[in-house]
Amino acid sequence: MIKPLLSVSGLGISTVQDPRTLVNSVSFEIMPGEAVGVVGESGSGKTLTALSILGLLPRGVAVAGGSIVFNGTDLTKADPETMRNLRGSDISMVYQDPMTALNPVMKLGRQLLEVIESHEKLDNGSVARVEAALREVGIPQVERAMESYPHEFSGGMRQRVMIAMALLLSPKLLIADEPTTALDVTIQQQILALVSEQRRKRDMSMLWITHDLGVVANLVDRLIVMYAGNIVEAGTVQEIFTNPQHPYTHGLLSSLPSRTDKSRKRLTSIPGVPQKPWLVGNTCAFAPRCFKATSECTASAPKLVGSLEKSVACFHPMGDK
Amino acid sequence: MSFGERTSRILLSTPVLRIGSIFTTLFGISIFVFLVLRVIPGDSIVGAFGIETGVLTPEQIAQLKIYYGIDKSLPMQYLSWMQSFLTGNMGYSYSTGISIASLTAKALPVTIELALIGTILGVVMGIAVGTFSARKPGSIRDFAGQLFGLMALAVPGFVLSTTIVTIMANKFHYFPNGYEFVRLWEDPWMNLQQMMFPGLVLGIAVAAPVMRTTRSALLETVDKDFVRTAIGKGVSPRKVQTRHILRNSLIPIVTMTGIQFGYLLGGAVIVENIFSLPGMGRQVLYAITRREYATVQSSVMVFAILFIAINVITDLIYRKVDPRIKK
Repeated sequence: MIKPLLSVSGLGISTVQDPRTLVNSVSFEIMPGEAVGVVGESGSGKTLTALSILGLLPRGVAVAGGSIVFNGTDLTKADPETMRNLRGSDISMVYQDPMTALNPVMKLGRQLLEVIESHEKLDNGSVARVEAALREVGIPQVERAMESYPHEFSGGMRQRVMIAMALLLSPKLLIADEPTTALDVTIQQQILALVSEQRRKRDMSMLWITHDLGVVANLVDRLIVMYAGNIVEAGTVQEIFTNPQHPYTHGLLSSLPSRTDKSRKRLTSIPGVPQKPWLVGNTCAFAPRCFKATSECTASAPKLVGSLEKSVACFHPMGDK
Repeated sequence: MSFGERTSRILLSTPVLRIGSIFTTLFGISIFVFLVLRVIPGDSIVGAFGIETGVLTPEQIAQLKIYYGIDKSLPMQYLSWMQSFLTGNMGYSYSTGISIASLTAKALPVTIELALIGTILGVVMGIAVGTFSARKPGSIRDFAGQLFGLMALAVPGFVLSTTIVTIMANKFHYFPNGYEFVRLWEDPWMNLQQMMFPGLVLGIAVAAPVMRTTRSALLETVDKDFVRTAIGKGVSPRKVQTRHILRNSLIPIVTMTGIQFGYLLGGAVIVENIFSLPGMGRQVLYAITRREYATVQSSVMVFAILFIAINVITDLIYRKVDPRIKK
């Protein structure tokens, strides 16, 4: 049996002072070479989940329980030096906003060389390696780019640089935290194509965080749907798109505009607003907005049950069509 | 492009505006100092003769007025001072008979050395304590650092100076400033001993604001996205601190240092007098008590030119520190 590359189980994340649960007992696995997407609204805990893998949670927020096992090491218990060795080499990350993610007073070449310097010794070939990495992500005039500062580049170009930086040491796992959200639509498509091409070439595992179901559909093998700090549904892209089981997933999909539908109907929306994760308690987080909710849903929290291909946390799933 | 358009373009270009504003500032300062000095009660005659002025005959006073050049109207006095200032000798000090230019040539290096030593000590202490404080906001060490900052800010230079003089001279019988002043190129070791205490007093005054600026700039930068990127790349904590956090906090620190260096010139007046250093500060104070108008005016102009020069240098450093600032 193939062992998962990353195995997150029972992961809880909360604020340090006046503890408030932000992510509640999240479990999922990523197989070698597999791409997994995490979708959810703002505040659903998807970005925190991603950041916790690299130990990059913002100040005042910490892992409260569970484990994150990567290649046999529990990252929640790893010492700082182990984490440092992992970051940028085995696991790397592309962030949401390329405009602020690069050091504004450091030349781009220098920022990429820093990745090599942090994990290996810099040698005569290092510059060539960085240049090759930049060329690979479609940066024109690489020699000039090496000597440029971030402000001389557009958002799309900066995100390409970030991707080159992340791929430089051929990581086993690439985490992408909404890398296209800050870019305009045509550039989004280019970046998506670039990442999926690189992923196929390197047979690299990926965790792709997004709030846009349309973005990940062609990009990942499996999808995880998060709501208010919980996983409500997980499964293959095919299963989730054609046969969503959780009423929330169902609602999300029916709010997507369709290119073939010419009926000019209003898009359906889910009534209400998402609940704060720390206010959920021992109930189904979606119950207040769910059209199928019963008293059972507010009496206890449903567990995520099913297989790797399809699992759902709901007392009243939609059922097969 | 028409001729008029082109001329206005050149006239409105940044360097031209910059130089124009520098000269406007200097002109304004020269008028201001000139007028303020005339408002102070007493004139050069009282300054030189003190209470004996009362026994001078009207003829003698008239003669002395001509001698000191205060018989002319104010605009004429201003113009004749400006003439001597611009032509290089800056006028004469009546009590010594030496040109102010040659007095300044002797005094200025002392003040500049003192200000440089003060700034260097201040910046080193300020950045060190600021970094120490910012590492763990809200901790004991942060409290200690901030306490140092507040005390350094609150204790006036003359209190600190007299305390040092009292303790070092009385208790330890060590007081290099008791000897005649030695220049750096005559005896560097003695000179540095004489500069040490006044430099420290000025340095502490600079350290306080630099420390506070460093602390807040560092705390602001720590939460920036690119710092997370650097940690996410596997950069070691020490390099994250220096290359990414400190490097990006430098702009406000440079600004604060520039401003403080300017204030040091003023602070030097007090410190130079307490530690008997023959710098610009002593020259100005002596000239004020003697009502030697030309000496005060010219010295203040030298301070003003220095202050502006520091501003220009600060701007040049910005361009080095932040590539986003266009040339």
